[in-house]
Amino acid sequence: MDAANYLYLSALLFTIGAVGVVVRRNAIVVFMCVELMLNAANLAFVTFSRINGDLNGQVIAFFTMVVAACEVVVGLAIIVTIYRSRRSASVDDASLLKR
Amino acid sequence: MTTSTSLVYLIALPLFGATVLLLAGRRADKWGHILGTAMSASAFAVGVYQLTQMLGRTNESRPVTQKLFEWISVGSFNVDAGLMLDQLSICFVLLITGVGTLIHIYSISYMSHDHDRRRFFAYLNLFIAAMLLLVLGNSYLNLYVGWEGVGLASYLLIGFWNQKPAYATASKKAFVMNRIGDMGLSFAIMIAFATLGTVSFDGVKAASEHASTAALTAIGIMLLVAATGKSAQFPLQAWLGDAMAGPTPVSALIHAATMVTAGVYLITRSNFIFDAAPTAQLLVVIVGAITLLFGALIGTAKDDIKKALAASTMSQIGYMILGAGLGPVGYAFAIMHLLTHGFFKAGMFLGAGSVMHGMNDEVNMRKYGALRKYMPITFATFGLGYLAILGVPPFAGFYSKDKIIETAFNAGGNKGIILGIVTLLGAGITAFYMTRVMILTFTGKSRWDDEVHPHESPLLMWLPMAILAVGSVTSGFLLSNGDALVNWLAPLFAEHGEHAERLQPMVVSLLALAVVAVGIAIAFFKYSRQEVLAIAPENVSVFTKIARQDLMQDKFNEAVFMRPGQLLTSALVKTDEAVIDGAVRGVGQMALGSGSVLRGIQTGFVRSYAALILVGAALLIAAIWMVTQ
Repeated sequence: MDAANYLYLSALLFTIGAVGVVVRRNAIVVFMCVELMLNAANLAFVTFSRINGDLNGQVIAFFTMVVAACEVVVGLAIIVTIYRSRRSASVDDASLLKR
Repeated sequence: MTTSTSLVYLIALPLFGATVLLLAGRRADKWGHILGTAMSASAFAVGVYQLTQMLGRTNESRPVTQKLFEWISVGSFNVDAGLMLDQLSICFVLLITGVGTLIHIYSISYMSHDHDRRRFFAYLNLFIAAMLLLVLGNSYLNLYVGWEGVGLASYLLIGFWNQKPAYATASKKAFVMNRIGDMGLSFAIMIAFATLGTVSFDGVKAASEHASTAALTAIGIMLLVAATGKSAQFPLQAWLGDAMAGPTPVSALIHAATMVTAGVYLITRSNFIFDAAPTAQLLVVIVGAITLLFGALIGTAKDDIKKALAASTMSQIGYMILGAGLGPVGYAFAIMHLLTHGFFKAGMFLGAGSVMHGMNDEVNMRKYGALRKYMPITFATFGLGYLAILGVPPFAGFYSKDKIIETAFNAGGNKGIILGIVTLLGAGITAFYMTRVMILTFTGKSRWDDEVHPHESPLLMWLPMAILAVGSVTSGFLLSNGDALVNWLAPLFAEHGEHAERLQPMVVSLLALAVVAVGIAIAFFKYSRQEVLAIAPENVSVFTKIARQDLMQDKFNEAVFMRPGQLLTSALVKTDEAVIDGAVRGVGQMALGSGSVLRGIQTGFVRSYAALILVGAALLIAAIWMVTQ
């Protein structure tokens, strides 16, 4: 199977994630889309690793997964806190920072 | 050159008095006047001691110096704060401290009703100290310190009763007009340093022998500007009349006898510059001649006794400046007239103060009359001063003023004839206005109001007047007997060959006396034979009206300097507001405006930020792709 197909899949997943971040209001969904974008990048790294025949891309994929795990912990905590204080998980409601 | 350690006491004593009186405040009210007078008198004693020491030495070793401290030492520019007492300075020292002490004594009584008498004496002491520094400084820079000091003291004393706005304005006017002169002096010092490399009298004298005439002319003209400011000479004369707002002892000491003669001192002290710069010297003569007539004409129309005397002072200093401008032959006569004038004019001012004292501070001579009977001592002392200023032999003015007239006639050519006629004319007008003052004040019918009770002044006031009157009678004879003063001062000035005498001294004296007699006669017929009105008549000739307004000097200054100055400053203020402030405000407005435009981007919506980041990243990648392709 041609490795380029994995790259196409990666680009497709990244695009879906990016569109989701911009379009959706629910913080949980936005969050899931961010994860989708991260994993799309991971897929690309692993694919390039396979193409080039070395392990660099796979090592970076592991780093990304660790960072993503940390991000999930902090991000979910923030979302839960916002939901508790505002009774809403919409990212558009939490727009008080500019004032 | 002899050195001495006691010169500094001349300045230190009155300065100590001023400091104590100013710092002690009200606590010194009881004894302040005594301390002030004692300090002035002890400075006089030091002066007399110095004179006796000086008399015991030969001509060459007479000047005494004292170095106080190294003042400025920058590269090649070295100025020591040093004092120098020579044959010229000692004349001034004795005049300042002598007349000054008499006026201190007079003021004890004259100012006894003023609750600020202590402050008055503090300022008087300050003036004495500054004036002594002026005549004792051994360089132009030291002189400048004293020059500014007397300006300050003059300002403080003219505005002594500054609760009256007009008096405060008068002091400000005097100060501002003096500043113009002071600028001249500072320019002269700068030019002297730039071209001659030194500012000490000895150094400038030595350097002036090799200096270019142009530089010396520039220095001379600037010194003349300085002299016109301080000595109330044309064209900076307008402040002296208003300066009469000060208490009368101040008018006598500062604005008649001493400070206003500082210009004559400056020119005489700088004789080596003027001798080498004929143009500047000619200007000095012209200024003197103009002021001489100017002051005399103003004097004819003044009803205020002090302003009439002030105009006379202006005119007499014009004589001195003219004398000093005539070169080596005239310096000594200028100084002689300065000394005799110090006696008779101070005496007359104190007399005017005595009259005011007895007349509830009335200064309008039209409200006087017949005071001879009520104030015999004042009449006698004032009368002796009157005879002295007229130049009636053997009173003081006869010896000093006739010498200046004679020297003017002998100046040679058309210049001599013009100057001679001007000085003679001045003498005639002087006779007219002084006779007018005498007649209006002391003779005729009484014109004062019922509530005024004229009386003779107390001993402390008439004693100084009497001593000054003795000086008015004898000083001229004593100073000119055997050419005493001329020989005394001769070592300081350049040699002058014997002038061909175009007119014999006897002829000049007779001419002067004839002119004076005419002046007296006109005044006599105009004011003694006719009724004098208590209120100044309005239907007078246009010349009288102009003379009453000081020959339009204030109007001229306002039109030529003040109004354009005001226009200039208001234009500058507008420019400042429009251009400078506009630029500053514009920068602020620009930052504010661009900020509020950019603020629109910051919506606070996370999704819009995300979209922007996305677009940005896409553009960046597109750009990189475009470049690398």
